[in-house]
Amino acid sequence: MIENKETKKESLFLKAIPYFDKYGILLLLLLMIIGLHLLQPEVFLSWRNVTNVFKQISWQSMLALGVFIVIVTAGIDLSVGSIMMLSLMVLAITSKAGAPWYVVVLIPLVIGMFCGMFNGLGITILRMPHPFIMTLGTLYIFRGTGNLISGGVPISGFTEEVRLLGNGRIDLTWLGLKESQYLPVSVVLIAIVFFLMWAFLNHTRTGKWIYAIGGNPNAARAAGINVNKILVIVYSLCGLLAGFGALILAGRADSGYPNAGLNAELDAIAACIIGGASFFGGRGTVLGVFAGVMIMGILRNGLNLNDVSAFWQQVLIGSIIVIAVYVDVLRKDLGTRK
Amino acid sequence: MFSSNKIILEAKNISKYFGTITALENVNLSVREGECLGVVGDNGAGKSTLMKVLSGLYKPSKGELFFNGNKEVLDSPRDSQNLGLEMVYQDLALAGNLPIGENIFLGREPTKNLGFLKILDYKKIKEMSEAHLDKLKIHVKSADQKVEELSGGQRQAIAIARATAFNSKLVIMDEPTAALAIKEVGKVLDLINGLKKIGVSVIIISHRMDDIFAVCDRVTALFQGTNFAEAELSKTSRDEVIGWIMGKK
Repeated sequence: MIENKETKKESLFLKAIPYFDKYGILLLLLLMIIGLHLLQPEVFLSWRNVTNVFKQISWQSMLALGVFIVIVTAGIDLSVGSIMMLSLMVLAITSKAGAPWYVVVLIPLVIGMFCGMFNGLGITILRMPHPFIMTLGTLYIFRGTGNLISGGVPISGFTEEVRLLGNGRIDLTWLGLKESQYLPVSVVLIAIVFFLMWAFLNHTRTGKWIYAIGGNPNAARAAGINVNKILVIVYSLCGLLAGFGALILAGRADSGYPNAGLNAELDAIAACIIGGASFFGGRGTVLGVFAGVMIMGILRNGLNLNDVSAFWQQVLIGSIIVIAVYVDVLRKDLGTRK
Repeated sequence: MFSSNKIILEAKNISKYFGTITALENVNLSVREGECLGVVGDNGAGKSTLMKVLSGLYKPSKGELFFNGNKEVLDSPRDSQNLGLEMVYQDLALAGNLPIGENIFLGREPTKNLGFLKILDYKKIKEMSEAHLDKLKIHVKSADQKVEELSGGQRQAIAIARATAFNSKLVIMDEPTAALAIKEVGKVLDLINGLKKIGVSVIIISHRMDDIFAVCDRVTALFQGTNFAEAELSKTSRDEVIGWIMGKK
């Protein structure tokens, strides 16, 4: 009898693994929110602070999502911060030159996509031994180019249309809310982009092949998938998202500045890892990336609210990365056959 | 005997040179419908080169290939797949992070229309793969199970299921039991016998006499890139076949 109960308990535990696998990171996020709410009950969950967190993570979440699809293919993109900076600088220059707003809005997306395509072509056609090397090179190339074309000085002042994505507000007074309780446009944008990416990765053939390449590139090749073509698409998409990031940042900062996106690639990678993406490819979810970005955003915000020094924030974020990956190692021990 | 007399694949006078190296010289080979042909030979005898010529990965330097009596020139493995020939690679070529069903249909996933968009038809993938696994009597918990959760023998079975999912007529298997635990070898051999029963021909490369004598109808030996000996299985013995591999008649 006792033995029966034990096995039942164990099988329940085993059955819970896939759910824990999928939603465990959301649990962590929830616990953090509750914890920070208890520490700062007046402020933390206030409308103003919550929208603030979303505005802060808006452009970072675009970079993280781009790096995520690259990581799914077992690659890495170190150049996203530089792509964003270059796109932002080109945007600023076109804006200063007096181009119409729709050109100014489109240009960072085009530049970002071409930078990403450059990475993808380098990795596939030049047969770089690892994406790390190609994108490490372009990290310097793109930032250097951005400084060259702008002279290394900030260029400020954009029109209202250009700033809409990063700075726009959706009025909610018609819902009976106060005027200060608006919805930032960037929140809506995050929701739309993440949903589109989820649909793309999970419900199209190309998305499925991206996961297959990460799982076993030889299997993908044997199945007749053009692996190089898919990789170029993936890196281009990553660049496009960095271009989106530039557009949002332009709205928020109202300025193109040389230090934009400095070290942002590391934050983006960290968010993916915390969110459960595997460096060996083929594993990770869009929801996980969102949770990873939120955890980093909330942690920074919460620690600021509680007057914790920025140095402690670094220590804590680093610790979370290590712990999150260790939990993943434990999960693998339980979940897969040896 | 499950095999009929219809020859589905015939290779005539195949030669393959790599620069000055002769990998194959005037090799002939034929497979009948529902027949299992064992190909044996020492390392470097030309077995793998011959299989790569049959699957279209290599172009022969000389010689001709006939599928169902029609002469065919293969430019890529896609061409041989379209003619109904599939390879099961030694490293299995499965993506461990994907479920069984998605591995079986990888690269050829069924889709449905959502407005102007084509989206994956998960229901169809699951139903079709489970029906196919049933047909081959491959037992797994569910087609949604990830391949990395399976044992080596189960993975081999999935690789074979993948190779036969699109009405293939001939499956080439390179050392299908080499990496398996002993108790799983029998299951894979049963699966090969099952394929013969539904009329699929099999070419199996193997070093294991036990495998050859459990499933093959005929065995052919290559030695230094040439046809060395061939016999119906009932008319030969293990010792004789082992002798062929070493170049003794």
